[in-house]
Amino acid sequence: MKRLWTLILAAVMAGGLLAPVQAQDGPLRLTITDGVIEPLPFAVPTFEAETPQAAQVAADISRLVAQDLSGTGLFREISPDAFISQVASFAQPVAYADWRAINAQALITGAVAVNGDNLTVKFRLYDVFSGTELGGGLQFAGTVPGWRRMAHKVADAAYSRITGEGGYFDSRVVFVSESGPKDNRAKRLAIMDYDGANVQFLTDSSAIVLAPRFSPAGDRVLYTSYESGFPRINVIDVASVGRRQLSTAEGEMAFSPRFSRDGREVVYSLANGGNTDLYRTDLTTGAHTRLTTTPSIETAPSFSPDGSQIVFESDRSGTPQIYIMGANGGEARRVSFGEGRYGTPVWSPRGDLIAFTKQNAGRFHIGVMRTDGSEERLLTASPLDEGPTWSPNGRVIMFTRETLGASGTSSLYSVDVSGRNLKAVPVNGGASDPAWGPLQP
Amino acid sequence: MVGLRTIAVLGLALTTAACTNPDRFGGGGDAGAGVGSGSATAGAVSPAQDPNSPVFFSQTIGDRVLFAVDQSTITPAGQQTLIGQAGWLNRNPDFQAIIEGHADEQGTREYNIALGNRRANAVREFLVSQGVAANRLRVISYGKERPIEVCASEACYSQNRRAVTVIAAGGLS
Repeated sequence: MKRLWTLILAAVMAGGLLAPVQAQDGPLRLTITDGVIEPLPFAVPTFEAETPQAAQVAADISRLVAQDLSGTGLFREISPDAFISQVASFAQPVAYADWRAINAQALITGAVAVNGDNLTVKFRLYDVFSGTELGGGLQFAGTVPGWRRMAHKVADAAYSRITGEGGYFDSRVVFVSESGPKDNRAKRLAIMDYDGANVQFLTDSSAIVLAPRFSPAGDRVLYTSYESGFPRINVIDVASVGRRQLSTAEGEMAFSPRFSRDGREVVYSLANGGNTDLYRTDLTTGAHTRLTTTPSIETAPSFSPDGSQIVFESDRSGTPQIYIMGANGGEARRVSFGEGRYGTPVWSPRGDLIAFTKQNAGRFHIGVMRTDGSEERLLTASPLDEGPTWSPNGRVIMFTRETLGASGTSSLYSVDVSGRNLKAVPVNGGASDPAWGPLQP
Repeated sequence: MVGLRTIAVLGLALTTAACTNPDRFGGGGDAGAGVGSGSATAGAVSPAQDPNSPVFFSQTIGDRVLFAVDQSTITPAGQQTLIGQAGWLNRNPDFQAIIEGHADEQGTREYNIALGNRRANAVREFLVSQGVAANRLRVISYGKERPIEVCASEACYSQNRRAVTVIAAGGLS
């Protein structure tokens, strides 16, 4: 089962076009067809409550595990109404025939115990048609208020075992929360779970804040702030919300920052005399390096996963296009050659793809291309989509979608790298500039 | 320091511009429309008629120039406005100015910040070419963060692709 799904997902990732697969009835046999992807059916009976106080949170966790998996578009939950047998005890052997009969290919069982504020969650994953357990049982310990994280961890483990890829449910997203009319919009930094839950504000709305970016460990966030009266780069500690202005090279404005993959350096844009170039600053030594010297605009830099290269946006050819250069600057090669304007390139965590914003014929798109610019695929289209960010496993892209006109608002959307499963991320109020953080430890 | 002084001047500009084309980041866009003719005939000199007043600068001379899509070239009409701005700044050497560059929403956030900076600098360079000391002028870009018109058509976009010269009393740094 695991091997098969790995192959299929690899095909989806590698294929230039959608590589649709179909799950069929009977023993696990997945066939690549020209049809749509048929999500893999799974069942999550309500987790057993091992202590009396655990009943509600056990039910909540079971629902959220199912929601995480269904939300990927790769899995389809079988309604509990269809269940023939219930799993009364986590320890009991599974009645495979009852789950085969309703065509559940994967079965997730669990048990939850509450002791004071402490929460323990156990789970097992079964390959129903082969009648075997997939991987061993796992146990997670946390707190009752942090129950959502426990559910996300269970879902991540299940996702990972079935697909052979890392998960992304127990992760957070930093973004800009927006309120007020379009010509006087208030913006503040906020952080939330990947699914829009647990929103916390990191700044107030007294100054414009833009485009936050997580450190690789997820403990710090870089962003552009007008707090000083002019655009400057700030770094904020997520836990303490203590913030400071980054000491950059000398310039009229500093913006568009991003961490290096080891979190020790920051690459950013600096504007001087109408010319915007890329610089990098070592956070330990404070040393600044100028990376580009062209009279054009260079912005939106993003490191390759191995840290050796930087992809960025430049209008040196006359229109904004995507270029790649070495991490210390030097000659850059253009990689975008399609029609239209390209911006905000972001290297995928796998290293194989670059996500970007494309503007063409009055429409905006989020797209991906290989790092040599080949196999461009546009995943979305709307009057204003921009600013892609990758899920930790490189399978999903989140971005900003803005509606136009006087009542226009910004929202966060996500889409699978194959172009499927486009959906809004539920956040109260306006939201823009998402940056996806790492899987939490 | 800059922030404080700027805010004070912005407050003035907002008050005076409120009856015409509200722009939190500069004076009125419609030159001369800010003050009714009633006050002109009342005898007292209104701020808009005092050629050395910031209100005269923002409303009679015009505090802004507009740009074509993706461009930072000063148009002939823009040059006329900027010649007027330079004259005012040369007659009033105690004032400084902050030039705010803006872009319409047809572009990514980062690129538009850089584009706004390019536009603001084009204005600065023109003013300097007209004899204004460079150290009296400072630039900032708001990218597409502060549109003054919010419709989704060229009529609005053309007003948002602007550089606004905001007069500030005192030093800039």
